[in-house]
Amino acid sequence: MTFSVTRLTALAGTALVLVGVSAPAFAEPVTLTMETWRSEDAKAWNEVIIPAFEKTHPNIHIEYTPTEPTQYDATLLVKFQGGTAGDIIGCRAFDNPLNLYNQGYLGSVKDLGAVANFPAAKLVAWQTDDGSDTFCLPMVGTMHGFIYNKDAFTELGLSEPKTWEEFHTVLDKIKTDGRYTALALGTKDTWAGGTMGYLNIGPQFWHGEEGRLGIINGTAKFTDPQFVAPFAELARWGQYMAPGFEAQGYSDSQQLFTLGRAAIYPSGSWEIPGFRADGDFEMGAFKVPVEKDGDKCYVTDHTDLGIGMNAATKHPAEVKEFLEWTGGDEFAQLLADALPGLFPLSNSKPTFSDALATTFISWRSECEGTIRLPYQILGRGQPNLDAEISQDVANIIGGTQTPEDAAAQIQKDLDSWYKPAAK
Amino acid sequence: MHSQARRKFWIIASLLAPALAIYTVFMIYPLVGTLQTTFYQTDGKLQVFAGLDNYRKLFFEPLFSHQLLNALGNNFYFFFIHMLVQNPIGIALAAVLSVPTLRFKGLFRSIFFLPTMLSVVVVGFIWQLILSPLWGVSSGLLGALHLGFLFKPWLGLEGTALTTLSLMSVWQNIGIPMMLIYAALLSIPDEILDAARIDGANGWELFWGTKLPLIMPTIALTAILTFIGNFNAFDLVFATQGALGLPNFSTDILGTFMFRTFFGNNLQQGDLNLGATIAMVMFFIILVGVSIYLFVVQRRITSYQL
Repeated sequence: MTFSVTRLTALAGTALVLVGVSAPAFAEPVTLTMETWRSEDAKAWNEVIIPAFEKTHPNIHIEYTPTEPTQYDATLLVKFQGGTAGDIIGCRAFDNPLNLYNQGYLGSVKDLGAVANFPAAKLVAWQTDDGSDTFCLPMVGTMHGFIYNKDAFTELGLSEPKTWEEFHTVLDKIKTDGRYTALALGTKDTWAGGTMGYLNIGPQFWHGEEGRLGIINGTAKFTDPQFVAPFAELARWGQYMAPGFEAQGYSDSQQLFTLGRAAIYPSGSWEIPGFRADGDFEMGAFKVPVEKDGDKCYVTDHTDLGIGMNAATKHPAEVKEFLEWTGGDEFAQLLADALPGLFPLSNSKPTFSDALATTFISWRSECEGTIRLPYQILGRGQPNLDAEISQDVANIIGGTQTPEDAAAQIQKDLDSWYKPAAK
Repeated sequence: MHSQARRKFWIIASLLAPALAIYTVFMIYPLVGTLQTTFYQTDGKLQVFAGLDNYRKLFFEPLFSHQLLNALGNNFYFFFIHMLVQNPIGIALAAVLSVPTLRFKGLFRSIFFLPTMLSVVVVGFIWQLILSPLWGVSSGLLGALHLGFLFKPWLGLEGTALTTLSLMSVWQNIGIPMMLIYAALLSIPDEILDAARIDGANGWELFWGTKLPLIMPTIALTAILTFIGNFNAFDLVFATQGALGLPNFSTDILGTFMFRTFFGNNLQQGDLNLGATIAMVMFFIILVGVSIYLFVVQRRITSYQL
């Protein structure tokens, strides 16, 4: 009897050793690469978000591999074609990832449990036109507005402008004083003027979704007053920008503001993490001015970044595990803390410790939200609408094109390939 | 006799083989591949034969033909500035360097050639910083000379950006014509120069009457190298003005037009077939230019046996 007990123990011991040996082999983490254009966020991902995920999911290791933003879509497509794209794919909104999905490069994420944790309005950005399939989970939303140098405002005795009239008074005062550049914006990187100028202030004029859907349905045209007016407003901005703004790029504008040399920076919430790191003065934010105080306000609350799965990944189970996690509360809170201003799009309600981020997010309840105009459906043809708007904004601010002329040309080029009824 | 000729053939063939193999794999095959790509169009993952449709699109659809003409015009302007500024100054520098009594010759030669050895990205970045209206030294320098009113954001204005870029490129590449012509000047035998001096030629006459005709073949070669380099140019424009040839396509040249079309830019998707078509057009432009040089110019230039 004793003998057999000993044998049994020995057997159990052997089994334990076997388990002990094989356990680490089982836990050898699978490496997933993540494609994205957000190199600014690499530190937060590598030092906060990914370690937090890997702690609870030791079977997975994630590598964050960003590409230059203007080359991201092209590079990604080439990588897909060559079969070298990462496992996890950062998705832009609407037409570009839809194109990738239609070509079979992006897998479906429709069956993930996390889908239920997103509002339908946010999922639209990553669904087929008929809504039958979802190819990316929403991840990050960004909001447009104006960030300003609080110290400079105090020094000059200014307060946040609410109406366009007040906005122009503030700009004039800063200009007359001369110590600060009134608007930190340049037109060398044309997309900056388009995104931070026209797409920032525009929704206030064309009433957000009403105007955007109007263009898509063909009931509104760019030559209508509500689409020309933002161009006309931008035409006044040149005089408040730094001398030589024609050769001032996006990063020049960022530096001009974070060095404390400019008073107002027209942009959006995605700048907060970088500005917190670089600027050592008080910052505030005000939303796009309205015509009359008390008018309804519209804010661009753009579905900026989604996350999807390479259809050809070798580790679909692990990718899904990660995507599920990004739809949950833990991720939302991590994002809110590590990258304030890059707002989670899920139904989770994280707490924001950053005052600037809190200001931006408060506009979600005060104003009606919309997304950037050229992204849904309107971005599918040539000439590219977003590129054309951006170029025209640069021309208008530089004074080489009139708002009316730009609007007419944009509508003409849109008509050349887009037929609203044939959606 | 017969076997000797055969032997000779095999020796020549075996000597040519490595170069031919490398040239075929790295030059001819990609060229034929590119040509083939221009006859197809992409449909999802498939390549569909489309005949000359890409060429029709490029030449006759206003969206593309407008960009092509603009880029072509800019390329010619770019080339024009190089011919007008780079090569004459290159010749002048070479002529000065070849003066036997000049001191610190090696130092000057190195300094003039230095920018050529820098990476284009570095050159673009340095000049962007120098010319920047916000951080650059140029506005301050002009201000100190009481010429502040002359300052303009040269790289940001449609009227001046291409000229500025061309001059940046001239600054960088001036070492190449200088070195080529310097070498040609050094190879002129002293006897010829002495003979000219005995005949009473002064320094000026010596250069125009004796040296210049002797280095004419090298000057023509420099011109054709400039032509090839300029019509293949891409890097400097891309590094400083991006793939869109900012501002408002005023610095867009064939290289950036091809890159943007092939790879896409921002939200614009790439089209590899149309991109390859532009590359083919570039190839033919250069081919025509080089042919003119080989069959017309080079035959008319008198080469002297020195």
